[in-house]
Amino acid sequence: MRFRHLISIDDLSKDDIIHILRKAEKFEDVARGLKKLNILEGKILANLFFEPSTRTRMSFETAMKKLGGDVINMTAQEASSIAKGETLADTIKVISKYVDVIVIRHPLEGSARFASEHSEVPVINAGDGAGQHPTQTLLDLYTIMKECGRVEGLKIALMGDLKYSRTVHSLIKALNMFNNRIYLISPESLRLPEEFLEEVRAEEVSLDEVIEEIDVLYVTRIQKERFPDEEEYRKVAGSYRITAETLERAKELIVMHPLPRVDEIDISVDKTKHAKYFDQAFYGVPVRMAILHEVLL
Amino acid sequence: MKKELVISKIERGTVIDHINAGKALLVLRILGIGVGSSDTVTLAMNVPSKKMGRKDIVKVANKFIGEEELNKIALIAPKATINLIENYDVKKKFKVKLPPFIEGILRCPNRNCITNSKEPVTPKFYIKLRNDNVLAKCYYCGKVIGNVDEFVI
Repeated sequence: MRFRHLISIDDLSKDDIIHILRKAEKFEDVARGLKKLNILEGKILANLFFEPSTRTRMSFETAMKKLGGDVINMTAQEASSIAKGETLADTIKVISKYVDVIVIRHPLEGSARFASEHSEVPVINAGDGAGQHPTQTLLDLYTIMKECGRVEGLKIALMGDLKYSRTVHSLIKALNMFNNRIYLISPESLRLPEEFLEEVRAEEVSLDEVIEEIDVLYVTRIQKERFPDEEEYRKVAGSYRITAETLERAKELIVMHPLPRVDEIDISVDKTKHAKYFDQAFYGVPVRMAILHEVLL
Repeated sequence: MKKELVISKIERGTVIDHINAGKALLVLRILGIGVGSSDTVTLAMNVPSKKMGRKDIVKVANKFIGEEELNKIALIAPKATINLIENYDVKKKFKVKLPPFIEGILRCPNRNCITNSKEPVTPKFYIKLRNDNVLAKCYYCGKVIGNVDEFVI
């Protein structure tokens, strides 16, 4: 076991990341239903989602079940009744006595790290407020490895809301660790925070400048609530929208998105060879299998 | 002009010198010396200093404060020097060293951090020095603070 809990991508070394990606590759046939494995039989995972989630929760559930394990879920509604009275510390102490691994999504930053201090079993962070979402980062890296053939020495553009997106914040550090050239494309009001710019090497550009040379275009959602008024939002969102036409000058680039998309990627892109966001969602399963295997066995 | 001591010597105890001007009260707060403590404390603020221009000095009589405890002062007074006094003589002298990790001294400014909730949790921070500035990074949420003296609990 290389790590007991998975809280932040910062806790992993480059070697740990490669180890998980390689392991995920071994589980891909199982994830696709081509092979059966029951190595987690008798183990139970608790999904504690204090915030709504579809993909992350369901792909953890799928990963666990495809390895022969079982899953219990706490819905957002149950979570809110707990939140009224019981502390998170007590909830974790109790649930960690029932199960073998806890997956948690919680609105407060640092909540997963805190939960791991009170848990008798491994804790996996599935998103803590605007903080970390390490399993998303690992599946993003896995997607890049599978679709581009490597995770190192690529030209990768991150586009959209770079200020609030926890996906981007985790991913950018990992991409930097693997010596990729990073381009940032965002509206002025949603630029990557200074504290990240000090830590990683990245250039702020326009999509037009780099579209012909990049290997990956990673698009994130621009949220309406970040803008003072609707008109301002529409103006900005409109100029950060990818269509099949936008990609005409592109070569082999892949388009990724953590999903759900609203309208930042037009459905016309879905049919192009560039669209990899649905594959990316699938890759979440083998990657989460690898993580569960790592912390449980 | 006749030279005068701003505050008198102590027979025994801890003298904290070269505190950044105006930070003496914060130093006492970090050391947990305040309302309810019975220590005899003398304090001088804005004393002229050759090295620092102005500085603060704190003297705590009859008490040898531990080095680990004193190093916490480096958070707000990185140039502070410590003199442990016995029979009016300096028994030991050293400079404070910035601790790499602290617990329960600073609060996190991120309102959405778990340490600002009702949960039973003590704020913890990684500490590092960059260009003579003390930076504190929240152990839980990762928020980095540059102006640490504003967040002393």
